[in-house]
Amino acid sequence: MDNEQKAGKQKREIIPKKHPMPAQDPAARVKNFSEVATGYTKETAIDEAKRCIQCKKPFCREGCPVDVDIPGFIKLVSEGDFAGGIRVIKEKNALPAICGRVCPQENQCEQVCTMGKKNEPVAIGRLERFCADWELAGEVTPPKVEQPTGFKAAVVGSGPGGLTCAADLAKLGHQVTIFEALHVPGGVLMYGIPEFRLPKKVVQTEIDNLKKIGVEVKVNSVVGKFTTIDELLDGGGFDAVYIGTGAGLPYFMNIPGENSCGVYSANEFLTRVNLMKAYLFPEWDTPVKIGKKVAVLGGGNVAMDSARTALRLGAEESWIVYRRSEKELPARREEVEHAIEEGVKFAFLTSPVKIIADEKGIVKSMECLRYELGEPDESGRRSPVPIPGSEFIMDVDTVVVAIGQGPNPLVPRTTKGLEVTKRGNIVADLQTGATSKQGVYAGGDVVTGAATVILAMGAGRVAAKSIHEYLMNKK
Amino acid sequence: MSKILDKQVLSPVIKLMVVEAPEIARKCLPGQFIILRIGEESERIPLTIADFNRENGTITIVFQEVGKTTKQLGMLEIGDSIRDLAGPLGMPSHVENFGAVICVGGGVGVAPVYPITRALKEAGNHVIGIIGSRNKELLFWEDKMREASSELHITTDDGSYVRKGFVSDVLKEIIEDRGKDNIAMVLAIGPQPMMRVCCRLTEEYGIKTIVSLNSLMVDGTGMCGCCRVTVGGKTRFVCVDGPEFDGHQVDFNELALRSAFFQNEERTAMERFSAQCCCGGAK
Repeated sequence: MDNEQKAGKQKREIIPKKHPMPAQDPAARVKNFSEVATGYTKETAIDEAKRCIQCKKPFCREGCPVDVDIPGFIKLVSEGDFAGGIRVIKEKNALPAICGRVCPQENQCEQVCTMGKKNEPVAIGRLERFCADWELAGEVTPPKVEQPTGFKAAVVGSGPGGLTCAADLAKLGHQVTIFEALHVPGGVLMYGIPEFRLPKKVVQTEIDNLKKIGVEVKVNSVVGKFTTIDELLDGGGFDAVYIGTGAGLPYFMNIPGENSCGVYSANEFLTRVNLMKAYLFPEWDTPVKIGKKVAVLGGGNVAMDSARTALRLGAEESWIVYRRSEKELPARREEVEHAIEEGVKFAFLTSPVKIIADEKGIVKSMECLRYELGEPDESGRRSPVPIPGSEFIMDVDTVVVAIGQGPNPLVPRTTKGLEVTKRGNIVADLQTGATSKQGVYAGGDVVTGAATVILAMGAGRVAAKSIHEYLMNKK
Repeated sequence: MSKILDKQVLSPVIKLMVVEAPEIARKCLPGQFIILRIGEESERIPLTIADFNRENGTITIVFQEVGKTTKQLGMLEIGDSIRDLAGPLGMPSHVENFGAVICVGGGVGVAPVYPITRALKEAGNHVIGIIGSRNKELLFWEDKMREASSELHITTDDGSYVRKGFVSDVLKEIIEDRGKDNIAMVLAIGPQPMMRVCCRLTEEYGIKTIVSLNSLMVDGTGMCGCCRVTVGGKTRFVCVDGPEFDGHQVDFNELALRSAFFQNEERTAMERFSAQCCCGGAK
């Protein structure tokens, strides 16, 4: 690697830092729901792309869960060939405008970028987003679709995994129908991730592009209720099924007072705001009530999204209440920084033991305990230990519980012969997506527990490959 | 899009619609509900499936106009379509031959109680139906309930029809008359205070009582937890664990508080909608 870096140095001057992402000013953006990061210009994109030293052995590519030819697309961008850039990305990634925005690149491609060893890595995510946005601004060329195979595949759930699986299968010539329980497709991309981080128009455009290659999307279709996986395969006309139903079941703390008014699961809070557009109430019908002081329980990306959403809805104070310390926050660093810039406050080593309501049943405070960090647990993180006698009262009038989600049981419960774990996750081979039931594949959060968009996409891709092999062997 | 094939005005504030929904009609069972959304900017609301016809591929919904969404729904006519309709949701009613059961429907609750009453009778139960409303004008489905029950008792709060009294008064009289040991189960569906009173009564007699809860919901598929309710000290989701629960275990106090949380917003939406309607703006 050192040789390559030297070679790079000879050619051009090293720019140690990524070109910064242009963003809305924190004071302004905290009052609107428009996208925070506004994206690179063509010039910045070319300049940033030129920072890539085109390693012979591209670690970045190995770090990508869907194996995008990263040096390949970046080279084209550096030459100003944006059409070429997006074409290369799309060979492997069906949803680049989404991944460019929400992938944790710092733990993946950018973490292993050679440039990043001594300097900042190349801003791969920002370049990916730039290419995707460039294409979306013009006419999108639909990908090549193989001759129809005559096989039909059902995809249950239209989140990132389902969309990727559907795209891959459609490109291979299979007829694909996606079943979505809600009234719009997109899953967590639509109901969970806020507009200011992932504009819904971007998601909608990606889904429209899937429809252009023949994917049928059936909304308001709750599999496990109006039909079952068994019925889809037996008499329903489908030859294979992919289950990508995600982690849609909200966990609660199981502490007294948690059913008080003003205590939302993050799923409810974000669904009201993102999917149902409660921030546009009363023009839109679904309301959301936000208090003056909001406590968000948890430290992941969903917690950051909730805390930042609360500020945009007009909360005077928005607190992240997390039982470990800043170092252990599972959220992406970028999201934490954005939250800090916007004025989100943090109560570390703190967790509520009780929620206290007023006479109308509305939350007015939380009794909290302070924690200290003890020995590392099985996840390698130092586990929080409560400090006896450290109880204190935190006055809050809205609480958002963002401590994680489990798999929704509707599909596993109604599918005969589908093996699930004790926690309700579907058992599937991570290398193939195969489940215990023939013709049924699964991946993403419903298998692994709550994770990231790109990992779900990777699982969707893996399963599409297996489903294709399974179907072609049936012939 | 689900087309409205028939519409009936059951009372000045209660309307019935027969809606084209073959996939739901094929599968739904008594006790289940649907979630609907009228238009792009509308909220999602749950409504119990009051009847269904598998051959015709239709379901029947009955609703009382209490807020903007139900008012707006009531303004749709035959031939119009409902934008989104998802279901059948929730767990079906537990139907078997229990012996003698009492099915109580209060107000608009007569609609959800009807298909369960019918199913219980078909299962061989002796079904004692009780329906009631504030006054004669608001009472509907007397004929359907008479057919679905083995015997039917009617009451009105103001005495404008048959007799004066609450459904719980009739319930008490019947239990006293037949003897508590001769009633296997009570099903009570209606406004929350009515269900609460019925449950308090049957608890004294030790008769198992099922209620169908109408909590606030957003997605209706177990995703958000908006509809959570405490039953027997445990948090349950009405949308996936219910809507029916053992009424003696339900924390009605918490349910009432949670149901009232968005009252101000509901009023705002209603006032705004009324103002638009008067100006001839919205349909």
